[in-house]
Amino acid sequence: MSEKTLTIKIDGAEVKAKAGQTILEAAEEAGIYIPRLCYLKELSPHGSCRVCLVKVGGKFQTACTEPVVDGAEIENNTDEIKQIRRDIVDMLFVEGNHFCMFCEKSGNCELQAVAYRLGILAPKYPYLFPDAEIDGSHPDIFIDKNRCILCGRCVQASKDLDGKGVFEFVGRGPEKKLAVNAEAKLSDTNMDVVDKATDICPVGAIIKKRIGFATPVGQRTYDEKPIGSDIEQKKS
Amino acid sequence: MGKPKIATASLAGCFGCHMSLLDIDDRILKLVELVDFDKSPIDDIKKFSGRCLVGLIEGGCANEENVHNLKEFRKHCDILISVGDCAINGGLPAMRNVMPLKECLDEAYLNGPTVYNPEGIVPSDKELPLLLDKVYPCHHVVKIDYYLPGCPPSADTLWEALVALLNNKPLELPYELIKYD
Repeated sequence: MSEKTLTIKIDGAEVKAKAGQTILEAAEEAGIYIPRLCYLKELSPHGSCRVCLVKVGGKFQTACTEPVVDGAEIENNTDEIKQIRRDIVDMLFVEGNHFCMFCEKSGNCELQAVAYRLGILAPKYPYLFPDAEIDGSHPDIFIDKNRCILCGRCVQASKDLDGKGVFEFVGRGPEKKLAVNAEAKLSDTNMDVVDKATDICPVGAIIKKRIGFATPVGQRTYDEKPIGSDIEQKKS
Repeated sequence: MGKPKIATASLAGCFGCHMSLLDIDDRILKLVELVDFDKSPIDDIKKFSGRCLVGLIEGGCANEENVHNLKEFRKHCDILISVGDCAINGGLPAMRNVMPLKECLDEAYLNGPTVYNPEGIVPSDKELPLLLDKVYPCHHVVKIDYYLPGCPPSADTLWEALVALLNNKPLELPYELIKYD
C-alpha cells in the first residue's frame, strides 16, 4: 500500500506530509524548524520539554507527539507561541544552575542555542539556585546535575539504544531528579563512554572527560549559525 | 543642552566587562563625543554629579556595599543595564550559592589546602562590607531595564546597545551578538 500524502498548513504555508508522521517530522522534512529540546530522532517522542509547542486548529499541542491530520492548520512561528517558548526556556534556565561562562558545553549546548535563537537576553523569572549533585566517579564521563533539564534523553537512550538502563528519574514535580541506576555513583554502573547515552545530552549535564575546550569557544556549533539552520537549509 | 551622561560600576565582577567596553577601540572617541562619563571607574569619579541617562552595572550583589551601590545607581539613572553574566545571574561568584556562607568562609580562611592562618581568624570587621547569604543577580535587588549577556559581552554588543539607546532606537541585537559565554 502506498503511503497516503496529506496536506497541512504551517503558518499559512502548505506542507506535504505522510500519514503517521508527527507535525515536527513533517515540518522538518519541509525545511521548517520547530524548536525542541527533548526530542531526538532515534528516540520515541514524549513531549516533556514543551518547547516544540504549536497550535493545531487553535489548540496547543507538542509538535513532536502530535500526528498530522489532513488539512490541519498549524501555528508555529507566531508571536504568541514564540513568547510561550521563551517563557519555557526561561524557566529551564532559572530552575538549574546554568553558568555558561564556565560550562564546557557552551556553544554546543542546545538549551543555550534555543535561547539564542529565541533572542533571550536574560530569563525573566528569579533564579532558584538549586543544590544539585555532581558525579565525577566514572573514569571517562562526568555528570553535573546543575545543568540537567530533565529532558529524559539519557534515560531513554540508555534503556532503548544501549540496552543498559543506566539512568532513571526519581521524585516527582519539583523534586524530580536524574539518578543513576546503582548503589551510589555512575562508576558503579556499566555505562561506557561509547554509549549513545553519553552523546545525546542537550546540555552539559553528561559530558566526556578530557575533551573540555579542545574546540575553542567562538568556533562551536551554534556560535555562528542558529540551531535549526541545517533543517532550514533543506527548504528549496 | 549638555551631553547625556553615562555611569558605570563594577559590583561583584572582575572588571572584565569594563575591559570589554574599552575594547571598542577607537570608537571610544566617538563615544566621548556622544556622552559624558559620570560616576565610573573609567574616569574615577566617585560620586554622582547629577542625573544620568544610562547606568551600566557589571557584577551581581555579593555584599551590602554592592546593594547600596546598585540602589544609588537605580536612583540616579534613567536606564539601568545589567552588563554581563555576573550582573544577570550572579556568574562565578554565585557558585557559592549552593553552600552555606559559613562553609565558604571556613574553606577560604581555615580549611583550604593552602591556608596559613594559625590564629584561625576569619575576617570580620565593621569596616568590611557584610557578605550577603547568597550572591544575587541585579534584577533580584532593583528593577533592571535591559540585559546584555556575555562573559564579557563583546565590545560590539556594548557598542550596538549604547548607540541604539543614545539614538532612541529599540535594542535589537543580531544573532552573533547574543552570547552567554
